[in-house]
Amino acid sequence: MAETESTEQDGTRRDFIFISAGIMTAVGAGAAVWPLIDQMNPDATAQALASIEVDLDPIQEGQAITVMWRGKPIFIRNRTAEEIEEAKTVEVAALPDEAARILGEISQVPATDQNRTLGGENENWLVLVGICTHLGCIPKGQRLGDTKGEYNGWFCPCHGSHYDTSGRIRKGPAPENMAVPPYSFTSPTKITIG
Amino acid sequence: MAHESTYKPNSDVEKFLDDRLPLPRMASDFLAMPTPRNLNYFYTFGGILTFCLLVQIMTGIVLAMHYKPSATEAFASVEHIMRNVNWGWLLRYTHAVGASMFFIAVYIHIARGLWYGSYKAPREILWILGVLIFLLMMATAFMGYALVWGQMSFWGITVITNLFSSLDALIPGLGTSIVQWIWGDFAVSDATLNRMFALHYLLPFAIAGTVGLHIWALHVTGSNNPQGVEPRKATDTLPFHPYFTVKDLFALAMFCLFFAYVVFQAPNYLGHADNYIEANPLSTPAHIVPEWYFLPFYAILRAVTFDFLFIPAKLGGVIAMFGSIAILFFIPWLDRSRVRSAKHRPIYKWFLVFLFISVCALGYLGAKPAEGIYVVLSQVFTFYYFAHFLIVMPFIGIIERPGELPRSITEAVLGGGGAPIGAAAAPEKR
Repeated sequence: MAETESTEQDGTRRDFIFISAGIMTAVGAGAAVWPLIDQMNPDATAQALASIEVDLDPIQEGQAITVMWRGKPIFIRNRTAEEIEEAKTVEVAALPDEAARILGEISQVPATDQNRTLGGENENWLVLVGICTHLGCIPKGQRLGDTKGEYNGWFCPCHGSHYDTSGRIRKGPAPENMAVPPYSFTSPTKITIG
Repeated sequence: MAHESTYKPNSDVEKFLDDRLPLPRMASDFLAMPTPRNLNYFYTFGGILTFCLLVQIMTGIVLAMHYKPSATEAFASVEHIMRNVNWGWLLRYTHAVGASMFFIAVYIHIARGLWYGSYKAPREILWILGVLIFLLMMATAFMGYALVWGQMSFWGITVITNLFSSLDALIPGLGTSIVQWIWGDFAVSDATLNRMFALHYLLPFAIAGTVGLHIWALHVTGSNNPQGVEPRKATDTLPFHPYFTVKDLFALAMFCLFFAYVVFQAPNYLGHADNYIEANPLSTPAHIVPEWYFLPFYAILRAVTFDFLFIPAKLGGVIAMFGSIAILFFIPWLDRSRVRSAKHRPIYKWFLVFLFISVCALGYLGAKPAEGIYVVLSQVFTFYYFAHFLIVMPFIGIIERPGELPRSITEAVLGGGGAPIGAAAAPEKR
């Protein structure tokens, strides 16, 4: 009887060594592999380009410009009163994507035009990441001759997504509204993106 | 079922080697492999594919000596290869056209395997290794096309890597994190191109290794054949060399004629004019179309335009596209018929013909804009693609009454008791 007990005890001690050695090996392997995986993430130079300043002064009402931020096109449109009106009259409940899609925000506010711009006297300025949320193409609608789609905003030629004058998806395969990057006015005619 | 070794070391050098590293034995047994005497020309594509892999690796290595994998220099360095490098035009066109030839051959090879039931026991592992090679080929071809850094390259990478962002629908942020990890930036960039080059150089060697296993597995089970019955007696087989080496070489010569015709007469026929415009991150081409060999899968991706249960359309399309390849891994167990060759399966063979038609139709639809009737037809053929494997294969196998199988390959070939092996001067004659 006593002999069996001691055998059991040996077994338990051995199990403990096996399990703890196994766990340490797994932790060690994980720590060794992590740099090999993480090296693929955006590096310091990519992170460093995270903020740009844009002068809005030359953009007339009804015009739009495209600038680069983090390697992505940013659409800046000086909207006409008509376009603002069009964007404001839509019920949020009628939109395919009801979230405002502000970049970097965890909880999203409703996709009203108010929430997707800075509102007030700057409500004419719409700033978007100009990338279709379907598969990453650049929608048409920035240039004068471009087709702007059925909702007078942007139209993605790749798979036919239509965006409205607030950059919200209205028709087509894209699942989300075009994202709004974080930006603020640093003077009445200048914004900083990022 | 691996055949017995027939090698007899004769010289002292052979005896020395045979006890230490028996390479001569391996080569001799490789050439002596008993091979079913009724193999037709569809069975020559394995050899043709090995040739294609070698051509791609050899031209690829020398192209890498002149190519510069950086976003600012890549496009110009490809033009430099075309205009300045000695024979650069030939090397690049051979490599680019070679990718298409590789896929033509692999599609015929896969169709051959499906028609003659080459995936059935005991060849399941052989088949699975083949599907794995096919997957590696697709990854390699995709990254190779990216290296040109033209408009189609750039927007092709953008669209395909963005597929992973559909995972945001399951866990918010997961897809975006994966995509940025693949890109190494917040958009497709220099970092993306550089890693694509590293992997494009690596994967062909992974393919070569898997091909080694594929051939090893083939030599364990032996070749299937158009009758789908195992060889039972000595007259059913012929040694691989010289009977099938000669047949393979003749077919390879014919294939090379076709290959050379495309390289010299129509090198850009299978490409897209847009890829001769340098990549521009600010302008998307009007129609993004993948290379022809991806079109059926691209059509399946775009066929899912509706939400399914909790899965949104975008993620559904991605699941369908990857699923259409993943399903191939399981067909040795999905097909419930014990008869291998469609030749002896009067009902199933028509369904299989329709599968081939469906895949060709999807290839046609993948190049068309995703609107109107094209979407509906893509959905019909996508449905059949999956139904074929998940419904037709299991059930037809149970209800179908197969035709009468020949008692042996010899009987199928000669229609009688069989002749001695030396009399079989024309093994492909039936």
